Amino acid sequence: MKLYQKIEERFFKVMMILATYFILFILAIIIYSIFEKGIRSLSWEMVSQIPKEGYYYGKGGGILNAILGSLALAFGSTVLAFFIGLPVALYINVFLVRMKKLVRAIRFILDLIWGIPSIVYGAFGFTMMILVGLQTSLLAGILTVTLFILPIMIRSMDEILQTVPSGLTEASYSLGSNKSETAFKIFTRQSVSGIITAVLLSFGRAIGDAASVLFTAGYTDNLPNGWLEPVATLPLSIFFQLASPVPEVQNRAYASAVILTLIILVVSLFSRGLGKRYHKTKINF
Amino acid sequence: MYILDRQQRHNVNYTWMILSVLVVASMPFLLFIGLYLKSFYLLEHYSLFDLLFSKEWRPSAGKFGFYPFILGSIWVTLLAMLISGPICLLSAIYVTQYTKRRFLRIMHPAIDILAGIPSVVYGLWGILVIVPFISRYLGPFLGIRTMGYSILAGAFVLSIMIIPFILNILIEIFRAIPMELKESALSLGATEWQTVKYVLVKKARPGIIAAFGFGLARAFGETMAVLMVVGNMIKIPKNIFEPGYTLPALIANNYGEMLSIPRYDSALMFAALILLAVSLFFNLVMHFFIVRFNKY
Repeated sequence: MKLYQKIEERFFKVMMILATYFILFILAIIIYSIFEKGIRSLSWEMVSQIPKEGYYYGKGGGILNAILGSLALAFGSTVLAFFIGLPVALYINVFLVRMKKLVRAIRFILDLIWGIPSIVYGAFGFTMMILVGLQTSLLAGILTVTLFILPIMIRSMDEILQTVPSGLTEASYSLGSNKSETAFKIFTRQSVSGIITAVLLSFGRAIGDAASVLFTAGYTDNLPNGWLEPVATLPLSIFFQLASPVPEVQNRAYASAVILTLIILVVSLFSRGLGKRYHKTKINF
Repeated sequence: MYILDRQQRHNVNYTWMILSVLVVASMPFLLFIGLYLKSFYLLEHYSLFDLLFSKEWRPSAGKFGFYPFILGSIWVTLLAMLISGPICLLSAIYVTQYTKRRFLRIMHPAIDILAGIPSVVYGLWGILVIVPFISRYLGPFLGIRTMGYSILAGAFVLSIMIIPFILNILIEIFRAIPMELKESALSLGATEWQTVKYVLVKKARPGIIAAFGFGLARAFGETMAVLMVVGNMIKIPKNIFEPGYTLPALIANNYGEMLSIPRYDSALMFAALILLAVSLFFNLVMHFFIVRFNKY
């Protein structure tokens, strides 16, 4: 082996190791710098009160409005997306298994809409709101975010449902159950862990996205009260607090970011844990 | 109480499924038509060429030139790809070819967390770390006066955001390459790096292109994180240390006032339409690269 080949070999090995550890390092830096900055301003008042008069100029209060608003919004849209998404995923994998081309076309469309930026959903949701005369509200936010998380939900359920062995389907048919019974009673039960993961993943996306709720959910300093009232969301609350010139308010933005990151970390840990737990109901072939 | 029998229950479930599938399958078309109808008002009065390539943006005077925003978006996106592309490729090769499976088990949660961090938090991190770094260290080091909020800052934050996305696809791609290919190259006397360079990367090329394409499409539409660090100044940037403005940021920043100026809302919906078209186009093209990768 020539010398330059040896150098090339070493060089790229080192570069690869550097690249990989760079990614891990960046992740550590992000988590560290957000928490280091935010944890100091984090207080009980932040998570238990709504903004008081003059909150954005440094007066007291908290962001309970945004926390509850985000949870309501993410919860509502996850439930809605679940009731549209699960049937689609089941339909593809139970009713259309023999029609490979059609299934591929549907998966392709799903991948297409997965790629659409969330701001486009926001803009689209806004035009629809004007069309039907809806104000910025929890309902409009939920509908828009549902569109946004639907492909995520369906595709991740789909990945799991694809792994259901055909022997199980055949056994179900041979016992006399029809297709929708096989879908809702056998397939769902076999893939509980994957479905939970898909739901929690979508929940995480729903709670973290700002661009789609910017137009549609609006913002308010009050607690969420009713479908047709605007709601505050955590990402937007971070964004608005950060825009304030008062350093104290900016520090609260960092604290809010810690809260949001914590919620998402907990959701993702939860999904791993639950996924393991429900493996018990799964039949192994 | 009347209880549905099995056949009826089947029918209810079936209808529900069909309706859901129709809703989902019609979504891209609905989005496109909705946004097109909204921006039709603008397209009626201005030629497409003028909109895309004229430089003047003054909504109150009825001048809608998207060129600075399109250029800003392209700059930020390409620069982000330049940063994260090589990192992802190198890392994907390392993780799949050089390390034990155990390492992937550390890497996967890390990628998941990176993918899960909301874009606002990335933006916040950009303001906290990247912007001061550029204005205090990188700018003076290169002898350039910059306030930090710049194309480069946007690109850097964006490049971190798309790493998990591209890396995931690349890892899948490299794991899908049959082991025999690697083994036969090694048994012919190729070194590890030669195997990677002449066999694996060659075989994975359509897949790698697709991964980068998907990343590009994703980066082009990213809103909040870029908006927070890119500076938001409407002008044609001369270098990457100057502030810029991107298309998604344009939509997000101006939604409040868009109903007060005529044709303004139409213009913003046109911006959304551009984003949608770019995203659909890239995903469409890259899909065929993936199909090609799977074929061989």
